[in-house]
Amino acid sequence: MKLAFKLAYRNLMGAGLRTWLNVIVLSFSFLIIIWMKGIMTGWDHQAKIDMTNWEIGGGQYWQKDYDPYDPFTFSDSHAPVPAELRGEIDKGDAEAVLIAQGSIYPQGRMQSVIIKGINPGQNIFLLPTQKLDTVISDAIPSVIGSLMAGNLKLAIGDRVMIQWRDRGGTFDAAEIYITDIFYANVPAVDQGQIYIPLEKLRSMMSLEDEATILTYRNAEEGRPGYNGWMNKSKAELTKSVDELIKVKSAGISVFYIILILLAMLAIFDTQVLSIFRRQKEIGTYIALGYTRKEVVGLFTVEGTMYSVLAALLSAVYGMPFLAWQAKVGWTMPMDASQFGMAMAQTLYPVYSAGLVISTVLIIMTVTAIVSYYPSRRIAKMNPTEALRGKAQ
Amino acid sequence: MAGQSADDILKRVEQNMSSENRVFESTMTIHGARSSRTITSRTHAEGDKKSFTEYLTPPREQGTKMLKLEGQLWIYSPSTDRIIQISGHMLRQSVMGSDLSYEDMMDDRKLTEIYSAVISGKEVIDGRETWILNLSAKVSNVAYSSVKMWVDSERFVPLKEELFARSGQLLKRTTMSDVRKIDGRWFPAKIVYKDVLKQGDGTEFNITSIKFNQQIPGYIFTKAALKQ
Repeated sequence: MKLAFKLAYRNLMGAGLRTWLNVIVLSFSFLIIIWMKGIMTGWDHQAKIDMTNWEIGGGQYWQKDYDPYDPFTFSDSHAPVPAELRGEIDKGDAEAVLIAQGSIYPQGRMQSVIIKGINPGQNIFLLPTQKLDTVISDAIPSVIGSLMAGNLKLAIGDRVMIQWRDRGGTFDAAEIYITDIFYANVPAVDQGQIYIPLEKLRSMMSLEDEATILTYRNAEEGRPGYNGWMNKSKAELTKSVDELIKVKSAGISVFYIILILLAMLAIFDTQVLSIFRRQKEIGTYIALGYTRKEVVGLFTVEGTMYSVLAALLSAVYGMPFLAWQAKVGWTMPMDASQFGMAMAQTLYPVYSAGLVISTVLIIMTVTAIVSYYPSRRIAKMNPTEALRGKAQ
Repeated sequence: MAGQSADDILKRVEQNMSSENRVFESTMTIHGARSSRTITSRTHAEGDKKSFTEYLTPPREQGTKMLKLEGQLWIYSPSTDRIIQISGHMLRQSVMGSDLSYEDMMDDRKLTEIYSAVISGKEVIDGRETWILNLSAKVSNVAYSSVKMWVDSERFVPLKEELFARSGQLLKRTTMSDVRKIDGRWFPAKIVYKDVLKQGDGTEFNITSIKFNQQIPGYIFTKAALKQ
């Protein structure tokens, strides 16, 4: 076997430019596949970190009727905060959010809006809620996201009327004052939402001490359940990201297949050509006592070695590139905020040993198969004809 | 004004405005920020709790039907051939882009049941002397916590209404005109609704023909009638 590797190496080096063209093409495939997979893994990491920081904290309790995808549920999804959680809330390790539906009237247009009441002193989320801690005599201080501000053409310092119905169904209306506009990579905390002080919303809705969502800071296993509340762990709340990345990865794998196919086509052609041109050599091996199986193995090892060389070459020039990308990231040419999912404008690839090893193994296996396939012809060769270079 | 209490005035207003049943045809002109459009419809109504409206024009709305039954509202759209119930947040949407929301059409309780009234003054509107009534909610589950109403002191027809939020913010303004005597009662044939928080010149509602106390077949107020 050692001899097979030695021979394969010599033959490859002897082929010169032909070998290096194959190796370079294959090394590109290695690099691009690892980079793209790294981007997907990086997106997954980043989306989860952003969701933690902006939306879900360490996990949440939802009032049992609350369904974020069904605005019909909003008017009934509120309940008193469980007494067991009050200590955690007082320490700042959990935060209550009350959700109400209303309408906003920017420039005289009416639009539906979700009004979220949040504690101005909270520090679980990156939302600039401290800007709510201000007194404006004739308006409610509020913060909104940049997407919402863009859609409604609102800026810091603007005043706009909102209308809502309290728990009895009575209309109420007041002006809000935009104290800050935040930029978040998580559209779920931005689009169609305004944030106002929790106690203000509670008094507006006549829902003293009630909440819709309770977010806790630390993701702990086995948190207790409370009557009338559903515990949503962090894993459950980020499931949508996993599913999204899975779908996107499946879509991108078509690109990987095309890349590998191109590289494999080159290797396949090279193998067919070398078997045709090296008939005398094959005949000599057999005449010297090599079994046909051994000769097929020799050529397969030779073909597979392209991927070994490609892996080494891509490590040489790819590692600095991948390290540089991990540092500066890849900035998408289009505006990611319009995609409607948790996605940063610049994605930083994350590479793991598992990702690199699995990519290398997959490409080596495919190369081995592609190298073996044309080599099977050797088994059908007549050694005498092969020695004379006349086997077809 | 002497001898008339605010509640008496309100009762007389209700006698004029509500009837056992009525059939009317109307046009609704929605004045938007850029353009106006007119929708015509025919309505059968029984008391305040049952009504059935069929839209006649424009072609895009033709055949659309709306049924209100005891606090529930269904809409039939011929383009989809489906009946949908309007509930929850959909009730807040405007009716065909007008200044009226579906929930404005849903509150069918008598004014005297939900508001207590006081007379706050007198004013002349379009040459007619009116009493100004301030209505404040006496129950908690009411859409507008207070209403200011200008009532014709002779005909007992409201000529103007202002609907207020709990905070005191004016939300909607309604003006009634073209008051006619029909079947022994005074009735405004033209009503302009204006959502004051929205741009535009409001929604104009003109009653082109109205008949009170008609024989309305019972099947009209069933969901089956929507698809007929």
